[in-house]
Amino acid sequence: MAKEKEPKPEELFQSIDYKAPKKFWMDTPAQIRPGMFCWGAKAKSLNTVGFPNARDWNPSEENWKLPDNWQEILIEGLRERLDKYRSLRLFMDICVRCGACADKCHFYIGTGDPKNMPVLRAELMRSVYRKYFTTGGKVLGKLAGARELDLQVLKEWWYYFFQCTECRRCSVFCPYGIDQAEITMAGRELLNLIGLNIEWIMGPAANCYMKGNHLGLEPHTIVNNVEFMLDDIETLTGIRINPSFNRKGAEILFVTPSGDLFADPGTYTCMGYLMLFHELGLDYTWSTYASEGGNFGFFTSNELAKRLNSKIYAEAKRLGVKWILGGECGHMWRVLNQYMDTWNGPADFLEVPKSPITGTVFENAKATKMTHIIEFTADLIKHGKLKLDPSRNDHLNVTFHDSCNTARGMGVFEEPRYVINNICRNFFEMPRETIREQTFCCGSGSGLNAGEDMELRLRGGLARANAVKYVHDKHGVNMLANICAIDRAALTTSMNYWVPGVTVAGVHELLANALVMTGEKPRETDLRGEPLPASEEDVSVSARAVTQAEGETAGGEANV
Amino acid sequence: MKALVPFLAVVFLVLLVIAGVKAAGLYFLFGVAVPYAAAAIFLLGFVYKVVKWGRTPVPFHIPTTCGQQKSLPWIKPNSIENPSGTGGVIMRMLLEVFLFRSLFKNRKTKIKGDYIAYSWAPWLWLSGMAFHWSFLLIVIRHLRFFFQSVPVPVQALEHLDSILNWGVPALYITDVIFLAAVTYLFLRRVTLAHLKAITLPADYFPLFLLFGIGASGALMRYHLRVDVVGVKELVMGLVSLHPAAVAGIGTIFYIHLFLISTLFAYFPWSKLVHAGGVFLSPTRNLSNNSRVVRHVNPWNYPVKVHTYAEYEDDFREKMKMAGLPVEKE
Repeated sequence: MAKEKEPKPEELFQSIDYKAPKKFWMDTPAQIRPGMFCWGAKAKSLNTVGFPNARDWNPSEENWKLPDNWQEILIEGLRERLDKYRSLRLFMDICVRCGACADKCHFYIGTGDPKNMPVLRAELMRSVYRKYFTTGGKVLGKLAGARELDLQVLKEWWYYFFQCTECRRCSVFCPYGIDQAEITMAGRELLNLIGLNIEWIMGPAANCYMKGNHLGLEPHTIVNNVEFMLDDIETLTGIRINPSFNRKGAEILFVTPSGDLFADPGTYTCMGYLMLFHELGLDYTWSTYASEGGNFGFFTSNELAKRLNSKIYAEAKRLGVKWILGGECGHMWRVLNQYMDTWNGPADFLEVPKSPITGTVFENAKATKMTHIIEFTADLIKHGKLKLDPSRNDHLNVTFHDSCNTARGMGVFEEPRYVINNICRNFFEMPRETIREQTFCCGSGSGLNAGEDMELRLRGGLARANAVKYVHDKHGVNMLANICAIDRAALTTSMNYWVPGVTVAGVHELLANALVMTGEKPRETDLRGEPLPASEEDVSVSARAVTQAEGETAGGEANV
Repeated sequence: MKALVPFLAVVFLVLLVIAGVKAAGLYFLFGVAVPYAAAAIFLLGFVYKVVKWGRTPVPFHIPTTCGQQKSLPWIKPNSIENPSGTGGVIMRMLLEVFLFRSLFKNRKTKIKGDYIAYSWAPWLWLSGMAFHWSFLLIVIRHLRFFFQSVPVPVQALEHLDSILNWGVPALYITDVIFLAAVTYLFLRRVTLAHLKAITLPADYFPLFLLFGIGASGALMRYHLRVDVVGVKELVMGLVSLHPAAVAGIGTIFYIHLFLISTLFAYFPWSKLVHAGGVFLSPTRNLSNNSRVVRHVNPWNYPVKVHTYAEYEDDFREKMKMAGLPVEKE
């Protein structure tokens, strides 16, 4: 439905208006506009995980079928969360509205909607907090920036807490580290209490609860999907791989987002894992029960996130593995780094991860016992354990997108760059203000990568896409590498719209292109079936030399 | 309108002092009772706030990481922006509190042709630094009224602050910077459209109050001379808990004192508590070591999960067909 009115990129770009509104923001109720929101959560999905006030409802209708005492539920819910989260209580109290965060949000940059300034999105909740929890707000009301929680405010909360991808970019610039993600998470938890989630989140979360992964892939489907990839790998390399599933006694359990098992370009990344592990002769197993690294529960409530996450340790224990290896994913790693052990640890039945190939002990995962595959692979390359032919990626001019969560909730910056620089010869950084800790969200994180909110996603993805456009125009970048499953899906859409000619890949896809496997036949194409750079050796060598020389100069400029 | 009410409130406070001191001679009220009450409200309120935050759990380990993590031994971690230990956290907090490091990173986002461009925007950082540091130095200078003999560091600061040696009495540099910074912080709120849109009366009020404090102080020092000996006598009385009302100091002093008292009393209940809150911010004061050391959530509770056994019950036949091992045949 949103498709029919999808504006042209130039029109959308030019429609962005940063002019501030004349009226005070409290006096401008949210206009729930098609293309900017996702469908409401279905009763069926909510019932699957036992969430309250389940019903089918439509956000664009006037009547949201709210429970009679919804205000009471929300105020009590807010009280409870203020007592449970120091972050929330503090962030309600200490903002000085200096405005540093205002133009740091990708949704603000792409929409110009003042309520997408993180400070205002937070004020949506703060104003209610003041009214019910501070004396000043109770007595002075609007003069103290306080307001009643009425139906309009509720709709505004819903609309804007689902226009935040919890990317934490605002918290980098805030002098007190106020993190809108904490406020959005609390806001969404509250909305959940009255059944107001979105189906794009609740459907996958319910799937994950019952079937082990967001996509609802049943065990035999997982096996079949992997079989298809194995066929492709065989065609490409002449090597037949035989991975194992749910195997007890394996040394390592491998967990990755289910998106990697389902659709390209994620499947290419998954093929990369399969090829790498085969070449290493790694003693590892997949699980169909813990077949999801990501966690859409994280976008509903702390409790559901914990319930979904519990499967990873439970399965590691059941299978008797020594440690866990995690695939390329963004929010999955925020959860694994900052939440998993707290929720479902201690993982004292596991051993500190140790690479069986290099002997490296991953001391940085001493407690969680879970290592990021990019750390694992960087270590392999550093120890010279992989035979790599980066020229097989010479048809690609690569840039790297830091995922919000691995950037600002973990700090994975050098590992992927190290790997990329060893598997590609043409690497160009995007401008400094758009990478590393200042990276921009793909625009579709935190469960907003639906179809019906396409305008929101394209607008939210603009800041990232525009930085890609910059290196595309300047250096001919045609490949956007990343380490996140949602990125692989969302950035593909965003590139097709904003920067046609740029494709998107996980780092392990590019690694598999370059990986020289024992006994493989000469490769004619990359993993996607695209012909490799000119097969006549002399032509490719000279062409390569030229691109590389250009790359170095240009890469230097980009870093200035 | 949002600025008018707080402005009138500060004007009202000034008129209140003029009426109370000049007309009604309520020296004890404005010289002793109000300052004591304000100090008490400030102390109790501030402690109340910090204790309230402090007692609220930090259930999860959520530092915002702004640099390379500590992972493999050959990758250099950024130990300040992404601290892995207490030392790094302390450094990060010191840089944040004393130099406003995060604010220093501020960039302005603009559309330039086909591109979104990011330009250096130091003015908020600069004015914030100017305001807070000049305020701190002014407060330290005021310690001369709190000691019988003025401590040497305070004397040294006074000397440095007046080193330009302009006018009689010599102009304090910090006075100029303070008033300029407060003025700038006010002007940006009324001239930058976006900032104006997010600004609340509660943002204007402290600015007017601070300007009032600075202006009354400057007037007192450079223009309307007051009885400094009387001021010292009054303050020493307050500090030594033997308060006595002192008459004849000059109304401008009481205005200054009353506005300061208002600031103190207002402080804990307003956004000004960021001064204490910044130290407790979990995105800044935690190290990124949650994969190394388990962070405990005091309210962690058991949840309902979908177990492997239940999963196998749902899919046993399909699993067997696909050749997957099962626990129960």
